[in-house]
Amino acid sequence: MVENRPLLNLLSHLVLILGIAIVALPIWITFVAASHDAVRMTQAPIPMLPGPYFWENFKQTLFGGGLSGTEVAPVWRMLLNSLAMAMLIALGKIAISLLSAFAIVYFKFPFRMGFFWLIFITLMLPVEVRILPTFEVVADLGMLNSYWGLSIPLIASATATFMFRQVFLTIPDEMLESARIDGAGPLRFFWDILVPLSRTNIAALFVILFIYGWNQYLWPLLITTDTDMTTIVMSIKQMLEAAEQSPQWNIIMMTALLAMIPPVFVVIAMQRLFVQGLTETDK
Amino acid sequence: MASITLNKLVKAYGDTEVLHHVDGQIDDGEFIVIVGPSGCGKSTLLRMVAGLESVTSGDISIGEKVVNDLEPADRDIAMVFQNYALYPHMSVRQNMAYGLKIRKVSKSEIDRRVEEAADILEIRPYLDRKPRQLSGGQRQRVAMGRAIVRDPQVFLFDEPLSNLDAKLRVQMRLEIRKLQQRLGVTSIYVTHDQVEAMTLGDRLMVLNGGYVEQFGTPIELYDRPETIFVAGFIGSPSMNFLTATARGGALTLGNGARIDIAAGSDAETILGLRPEHLIPDETGPIKVRTELQEQLGANTLLHGTLDGSDEQIVVSLPGHVAASPGTIMSFGFEQQNIHLFDPQTGKRINPA
Repeated sequence: MVENRPLLNLLSHLVLILGIAIVALPIWITFVAASHDAVRMTQAPIPMLPGPYFWENFKQTLFGGGLSGTEVAPVWRMLLNSLAMAMLIALGKIAISLLSAFAIVYFKFPFRMGFFWLIFITLMLPVEVRILPTFEVVADLGMLNSYWGLSIPLIASATATFMFRQVFLTIPDEMLESARIDGAGPLRFFWDILVPLSRTNIAALFVILFIYGWNQYLWPLLITTDTDMTTIVMSIKQMLEAAEQSPQWNIIMMTALLAMIPPVFVVIAMQRLFVQGLTETDK
Repeated sequence: MASITLNKLVKAYGDTEVLHHVDGQIDDGEFIVIVGPSGCGKSTLLRMVAGLESVTSGDISIGEKVVNDLEPADRDIAMVFQNYALYPHMSVRQNMAYGLKIRKVSKSEIDRRVEEAADILEIRPYLDRKPRQLSGGQRQRVAMGRAIVRDPQVFLFDEPLSNLDAKLRVQMRLEIRKLQQRLGVTSIYVTHDQVEAMTLGDRLMVLNGGYVEQFGTPIELYDRPETIFVAGFIGSPSMNFLTATARGGALTLGNGARIDIAAGSDAETILGLRPEHLIPDETGPIKVRTELQEQLGANTLLHGTLDGSDEQIVVSLPGHVAASPGTIMSFGFEQQNIHLFDPQTGKRINPA
């Protein structure tokens, strides 16, 4: 659109700036709170400008015992746990969904659509609904307090299977036929043709699933009792309740800040592929 | 190089038979065009030869070997698809090399063959590009290159030119023909375009509704169509058909005009006359009431009806002819250019 209306421009900028301010304010407060000492954070009004203790808090949070006076794993350990869990969930989901979508789209076997619908109705059964039986199974398998226990029950994904199915359906049949004439077997076709053609979709899903895995709260809370296995997202809540003293906001906010970094990094790194994967239709 | 034999080939989807007892013998190095209207089963037939569709009954042999149950990769064929089916994420070179790589051909041999094919097709400058960076004609060449590098016994073409514009189609048509003659590979080419079929094929197989109507050289099909369908399908504009009654060595047309012909039992007959075989003749028996004309430059197409009836007639006359609508013009023809068909069976009636 070619328009020249200064007033409208001004107004749209105002709206945008207001929007950004609303979104960014909590993050700013987190950042400010992470840069003061504990005492200052308990006084009203809370500060709106950064204080001098940022690096000190950073060091104590990341490498020290974190919250003083409680038994919590150091935050680097939690970051590592969260990272392992999010990666296992994201990669596991992608691998399983790719394979199941491949089976459903390209192979003819009895009850094919039946299996598809079975996968599809698991959408109605998120972790929260099946949490007790799942816990029982995981406990019986001896996977409590392990990365496998944290990730495997969350790996099956109907959404991702469905999405890959849609992606595969847009790939023309001739591609498969041409590969067959070239002599490619099913797995070869999968690796050489399907996976590279779904590259952008895989990236987009990875972003979404990584964040999904990273933000898991209820499940890790349930199956990890060992402080060495706690994830960062659940620990923030624990920190609030842990000490029988006023919350140490500077440390808690620093932890929150640290918890935000990996997802932000993933989004920034994958941004281009992410947008392509969600918008590209041409194959 | 190999011959191909189709023996009583049948394809059925459930209870619906789409190909009925197709027979055919294709010689080594021959260029066969399968032509017919859409839905006639021509692509199905080609895909059965390729191994992409199963055979319901009958046999396909390539060389001496029956290939019914072989995987496409084991049939020693290469196929060019209508939409080219190039792998979008691979460069032209990788596209052409993929089949060889799977067959574990050595790296140096792959390079040699890809470059040789690229030279033949003049696509060497594009070897490192991705398919989406190429024009339609170039993609077409890459698809052919992919077939050539494999050095197969049989080329299969599934309407490879239908996505190109008219001018490029004519050019690529010639190139495919030249290439096939140079390589001498047995080829089957599917198209719905009868001009493409006539210009490319050593022999044409005309399919209609799953039946082979006729299998012969383009000139045979033009000069002696065995059925009304072939007569109407081959040649452009298509043949005029007039209903007539044969009696006592003469035909009576729908409007009562008599044509003396040394033929025919006493029966209803269909008289076929090609537009280009009608010659202006004051005393000719075919009287046409003109309706409109199409000036094509080199010739003129007159559309009209047989005077005194409503049967459509098209006449192709050389050069520029002006005729105002409603004029009545008379045309004659040479005896050898008439075709007679049985209206019941659609088969050709040969004058005794």
